[in-house]
Amino acid sequence: MTRQTSLIEQVGAVARRSAKGVLRQRALIIFPMLFPLILFAINGSSLSRVTELPGFPTHSYRAFLLAFPFVQGAMFVSISTGTSLARDVETGFLNRLALTPLRSEAMLFGQLGGAFVLGCVQAVVYLLVGIATGVDFVSGVGGVLVLLTLSLTISFAFASLGGLLALRLGTGEAIQGIFPLLFVTLFLSSATLPRNVIGTAWFREVATYNPVSYMVEGLRSLVIQGWNAQALELAFGLALALAAVSLALARPAMRSRLARA
Amino acid sequence: MLQSNAAIEVEDLVREFRKGPRAVDGIDISVQAGEIYGFLGPNGAGKSTTVLVLTTLLPPTSGRASVGGYDIVRQSAQVRAAIGAALQEAALDTILTGREHLMLQATLQGIPSRERKARAKELLERVGLTEAADRRVGGYSGGMKRRLDLALALMHRPRILFLDEPTTGLDPQSRAALWEEVSRLARDEGMTVFLTTQYLEEADALADRIGIIDRGKIVAEGTPTQLKAEIGSPSVEVAPADEQDTDTLAELLTRFGPPKRGARGSVTVQLPGGETELAEIVRLLDQHDVRVETLQLHQPSLDDVFLAKTGRKLEGAGAA
Repeated sequence: MTRQTSLIEQVGAVARRSAKGVLRQRALIIFPMLFPLILFAINGSSLSRVTELPGFPTHSYRAFLLAFPFVQGAMFVSISTGTSLARDVETGFLNRLALTPLRSEAMLFGQLGGAFVLGCVQAVVYLLVGIATGVDFVSGVGGVLVLLTLSLTISFAFASLGGLLALRLGTGEAIQGIFPLLFVTLFLSSATLPRNVIGTAWFREVATYNPVSYMVEGLRSLVIQGWNAQALELAFGLALALAAVSLALARPAMRSRLARA
Repeated sequence: MLQSNAAIEVEDLVREFRKGPRAVDGIDISVQAGEIYGFLGPNGAGKSTTVLVLTTLLPPTSGRASVGGYDIVRQSAQVRAAIGAALQEAALDTILTGREHLMLQATLQGIPSRERKARAKELLERVGLTEAADRRVGGYSGGMKRRLDLALALMHRPRILFLDEPTTGLDPQSRAALWEEVSRLARDEGMTVFLTTQYLEEADALADRIGIIDRGKIVAEGTPTQLKAEIGSPSVEVAPADEQDTDTLAELLTRFGPPKRGARGSVTVQLPGGETELAEIVRLLDQHDVRVETLQLHQPSLDDVFLAKTGRKLEGAGAA
């Protein structure tokens, strides 16, 4: 009558549920997407003269700043993924799943299905906003495709971090509490100013050691520089490393939550 | 030593929580296949903790238990395959529809893809949710959520079903429908049901045998009839048509036992000889021309059993 379903089938089933959870709650898509766009609009107009600083890499501050909403949007994805998983822990839905032969990996990867949908929607919207506001993508159509891929990879990485936090902390409130910290890491990066232009020594130092700077710079390189292999390697590498470490730590946490006896 | 032929076998099971009390304190239970076992107790007695341990969601601190012939610690995967469970809170995703819940459950339980839709439809019909099947669960009433929870627990046709306070908060109609379905599962499908409840009426109506748990310990166990019989004989309460006859009535009933006076001149007396003494009482009252307004026979209730075993009434006996 019953058989063990494959890992892929399990991932697909959980991912469909996760994606529906995102698509059916417009607030989950719209508000996290609007906030980075509002900051993009405000900073884009109020800080436009910083391009006159010596060493600034482009004449268009909007083109420079476009990477900002991509990364901030990815950070919102982490909160959304984490909150959703924490809710499953809190409501007992995870217990329901624990009583089925669901593998811990399937639950973890499936949960990222919603993050994938959210990441896709956000990336496309930010791209369209960039085009609509006159941003010229120096790397061309191929670069735009890589930009979308990198954006999804960064969203995946932050979603994995959100999943890890949810499994460790177990409550939605704790996940929400983490968000300001993520925000700080974005503002202490090269998201709004290039590192070579940052005048304050400690800020420049922090931005140099902050991995978020390199994710931003990878995305930005495709917009304002063209093909910069080193920037892309660093961005993809750091995003994948964040995902790998988060998932490696999340896996035993999920395993213990799904099989406590 | 655990016996493998029982559907559920529990031996000296203990579950302690850090900085907390012993939620389950050395209980022994044996439930035979096809039996409905009612686990009765007030809030905080240890019922839900026992269910969580037996369904492998919580490890025991000590003791042993087997479910479906499998050890709950060493063979948890086999236990999970053999059981269905509707836990105390119907943990459902408010964004999904009832049918989507069932399809997800069907996939994860390994129902072949060609059978999933039919199985979901069958279960929706069985629990009376066909019309609401494609509505989001967030809009379901408490009773509908409970029924969906039951359908999810039955998806893979388990041999043993755990129901943790399945009717708490339900209206009488929903409660009756759920009772009927639980009875049918045991009667027609031979399913073993482990049902926790804090309602005496529910345990009395559904369970073949009842275990009464209080403060982590089983204080009484047996069939409802056995448990009530332990308490003793029934009592009769007679209310005279004329309150002035109360003294005469009390005097006449003294021959059966010490009478207790109640409201509106009524008198209650235990019947050590059982309900057969009722006829004698009626004859006696008739002979002495005492007209009666009401005459009620009270059988011992499970509440009397709980009171006798714990010194407290079940209602409001929740852990402090």
